[in-house]
Amino acid sequence: MSNEKTGLSKFWSEFTENKIALISLLIFLFIVFVAIFAPIISPTDPYDLSKVSIMDSRLPPLSENFAGQTFVLGSDGAGRDMLSAIFYGLRVSLGVGVMSGIFALIIGTFFGISAAFFGGKYETFIMRVVDIQLSFPSILMALIILAAFGKGVEKTIIALVLVQWAYYARTARATALVERSKEYVEAAHCLALGNKKIMFKHILPNCMPPLIVVGTLQTAHAISLEATLSFLGLGLPITEPSLGLLIGNGFEYMHTGDFWISIFPGVALLITIVSINLVGDHLRDMFNPRLKR
Amino acid sequence: MTAFLLKRSTQSLLVLFIMSLLVFSGVNLVGDPVEMLINPEADQEDVERVIRELGLDRPITEQYWFFLVNAFKGDLGTSFVFGEPALKLIIQRMPATLELAFFSLFISIIFALPLGIYAGLKPESKISKLIMAGSILGFSMPTFWVGIIFIMIFAVHLGWLPSTGRGEIGTFMGIHSSLFTLDGLSHIFLPALNLALFKLSSIVRLTRAGTREIIHQDYIKFARAKGLSENRVINTHLLKNILIPIVTVVGLEFGSLIAFSTVTETIFAWPGMGKLIIDSIYNLDRPVIVAYLMIIVFFFVFLNLIVDILYTILDPRVRIQGSK
Repeated sequence: MSNEKTGLSKFWSEFTENKIALISLLIFLFIVFVAIFAPIISPTDPYDLSKVSIMDSRLPPLSENFAGQTFVLGSDGAGRDMLSAIFYGLRVSLGVGVMSGIFALIIGTFFGISAAFFGGKYETFIMRVVDIQLSFPSILMALIILAAFGKGVEKTIIALVLVQWAYYARTARATALVERSKEYVEAAHCLALGNKKIMFKHILPNCMPPLIVVGTLQTAHAISLEATLSFLGLGLPITEPSLGLLIGNGFEYMHTGDFWISIFPGVALLITIVSINLVGDHLRDMFNPRLKR
Repeated sequence: MTAFLLKRSTQSLLVLFIMSLLVFSGVNLVGDPVEMLINPEADQEDVERVIRELGLDRPITEQYWFFLVNAFKGDLGTSFVFGEPALKLIIQRMPATLELAFFSLFISIIFALPLGIYAGLKPESKISKLIMAGSILGFSMPTFWVGIIFIMIFAVHLGWLPSTGRGEIGTFMGIHSSLFTLDGLSHIFLPALNLALFKLSSIVRLTRAGTREIIHQDYIKFARAKGLSENRVINTHLLKNILIPIVTVVGLEFGSLIAFSTVTETIFAWPGMGKLIIDSIYNLDRPVIVAYLMIIVFFFVFLNLIVDILYTILDPRVRIQGSK
């Protein structure tokens, strides 16, 4: 136990050496906080129809609404406070991104590790599928799935999972191949442990570092992809206003110069993606043995 | 080589087959094919005629066979909205998309190579760090949002460049393109830059990594020791060697430019295939959706095949492995 603790604190001190990564992590944690507590900390409830007034539509930032509240980031075409809409939008965007990331991680890791463990035709087949899938750009795969099956929350998550699982599978297999030939796996075999136990209790924990790196970068990618799809009107329905949808709503008013309606949700999206990417980048450098001093 | 070609082509055909199965089942099993493939405004008599024509009263395996045979004949259905064959509509719009993709590829290469080489030669300088930070930003910024920002700055506020449409189309040696008129060029610039940004960032990173690796090679040291000017070392010895991986990636990624052009075309109202598919999805113009998906899948499978073959020609190591 104490050994694990020193491992963790060593990891932490190594992580905090990079100030940019640390700041990014703090920003990301703040965003997660905002997303979770959006209903409590939002100045107004943007989706409570009794409180939203069309009289307040398209107010510029820092102006007061009819009821005397200040809309720090202005309001959108329906008279919603942009700041509150962004808080709620972060909730949806992060939720969908993280959820799809977790499912993709589980599915991809399962196929990746089992492919490395069993080898043979099964491995060839799985890796062929992975190769073929990775040869198509993710937006195209998502487009095919959503165009064929229609839009919706579950369908968007399914599309994101189908797009991403292959990245996890490739990473999990590559790491598991190295782990499989190590002595502790041989020892586990000698103890006549079951295949399932060896794969998931012994090999899996040792495959986690690279999977976490892929996980952070892929989650950022998923959030960006979901925003793109929702912006195009193919991803989430209007009842689940993610950041992409908010930006799409503001796009109508772009040509009249009401910039704040799509710029601010975009800034929130950008900060989210950049902070996750910077944390992921640093984690990758930390786990990369070639860059170890 | 022949064995490799055969193996690779078979695999391509298999992928095409699986994708056609996916698209077919998406349209026919999940939804109601009658509702999906027949114009909602058609009367009962028409509906029955089309059902017979499309073979929708037959068993599902036979229907799939029908779909495949028709696809091979180039008959991918008729658009509800335009009343024209879906295939023809898509082919009409293909040049606009290709033109946009090529021009943005051109933009990303001419900007990315000098920036990447500079950042690779002087990794510690302030400008290099700025370039790398910019590339992270370019990587992270969603294409559609950058497009909006471009429209806001260059079209709405400054009023320098138009933000919608293709502009005047010129003809040069029998090719119709916006690139041959000034008006057309002003129209293509913003969408092409928007589409290029992501690619630009990735080529900058590749070029920098390649430069940093190659600059320490013996032949560069030798070229310098020979007393060649720094310009000549960079332009011939360095550039030639970093170009090999970059060309491969650019070739592979050309397809993703076409895929991402759906986003850019929608924002800038560029009349290409990408805008057509998005419009068709809005209008529930299903024959066009199916046709687009089949064509784009075919295009990608073909592109991947070409890149693989080129790769074996360029890199002897792959050739030897493949023929084993």
